Amino acid sequence: MPRLTAGERHTVRFTLNGRAVEAQAEPRMLLTDFLRHELGATGTHVGCEHGVCGACTVEIDGVPARSCLTLAVQTDGASIRTVEGLAPEPGRLSVLQEAFRRHHALQCGFCTAGILMSLDNYLRRQPNPSEHELREFLGGHICRCTGYVPIVAAAMDAARRLRESPSDV
Amino acid sequence: MKPARFDYIRAADLAEAHDALAEYGNDARVIAGGQTLMPMLSMRLVRPKVVVDIMHLPALRGIEAGGNGIRIGAGVRQAELLAWPGLAEHLPLLNAALPWVGHAQTRSRGTVCGSAAHADPSAEIPLCLLALGATIELSSRRGRRRVPAADFFTGMMTTARAENELIEAVHIPGKQAGSGCAFKEFGRRHGDFAIVACAAIVTAASVRLAVGGVADKPVLRDFAIDDGKPLDEALDAFAWALDARDDLHATGRYRRELVRQMGRDTIEEARRCHA
Repeated sequence: MPRLTAGERHTVRFTLNGRAVEAQAEPRMLLTDFLRHELGATGTHVGCEHGVCGACTVEIDGVPARSCLTLAVQTDGASIRTVEGLAPEPGRLSVLQEAFRRHHALQCGFCTAGILMSLDNYLRRQPNPSEHELREFLGGHICRCTGYVPIVAAAMDAARRLRESPSDV
Repeated sequence: MKPARFDYIRAADLAEAHDALAEYGNDARVIAGGQTLMPMLSMRLVRPKVVVDIMHLPALRGIEAGGNGIRIGAGVRQAELLAWPGLAEHLPLLNAALPWVGHAQTRSRGTVCGSAAHADPSAEIPLCLLALGATIELSSRRGRRRVPAADFFTGMMTTARAENELIEAVHIPGKQAGSGCAFKEFGRRHGDFAIVACAAIVTAASVRLAVGGVADKPVLRDFAIDDGKPLDEALDAFAWALDARDDLHATGRYRRELVRQMGRDTIEEARRCHA
């Protein structure tokens, strides 16, 4: 039986934004800390660390999930996407990111990485959301700057643009 | 907020999970989706010596519909049940209640059985299991038993699970022909734990209401239909019997009022489904 001993560091391997990565983690290490401190992927932010605020949301095996409610060792072999994986190429933002910029959908930016990961996943599954559905989905995140209105506007705008030119990302 | 140290065991089969629970008992915690255990670990409300991961056991991953109802394995995530094509037909109450469980971003990993194991008195899934007359299938190295939800939830975050036992599945009777059901919840924000949640199941012969968020566990009451007493009186008696307390979120009086009003609304909606 694979048993990882407390206090020792064990190799965890997974795919991060399409690239195979590996690093060492104690069994108790959260995926947030593994991403940030071991892999240097500091785009994922750490807010409440108990699953309430949504800042640390990443995509695990194709679904949005809280990385603070996940142990790094649980994700061995998984496929993980973080905010670093959204931009299609260096110097160009994704359609959703660009819409966030256009609509001023962020101020301090602390919650933004998590919200982008949730909405990116959501808009791929639901290309034509109603504002009500979108707000319900956004309910899994807390933003203390914007009042959410520009975030909703950015997401609806991004959804429209993605419907008009589906080949864009 | 980081968990204290523990060993992590990725069980490769059921026997390994049983062995770990037999060896460590209350010093072991089972992790499936982790959406309730992880906050408990991070806040150090629990400090287990070992955490046993059961998500690599294919035997626990299935939803099976049979003649005796639906069996939902311990590895089935809430989002998987919500996406199950048979949900609206076989389990309409859960179809109505599951969107209230946490957020899409936690349902993606959280499991149905994990919520039963955690037994938060405000949680939607234990409430529905109670209302539906579900049974919880527990297994250990020594055998297997099934406990009715009414006996399983024993109090605030406590259950009838022995420390060497694993929740392997829940069994839920399928929808009774001609019955109607409804679910309602009041909370400060969508996705919060309920201040009061109500589940009603109505047939030609019975009216059943289960209430969460008021007592230290979900509570069920079957109302007699033809005892001559108006429903409001029966709901009032039920509301008082729940022994609601004041807390940070609401007063006991407010909770009683929610049971009276929302309880009635839920029953009426279930009646409309039934009709």
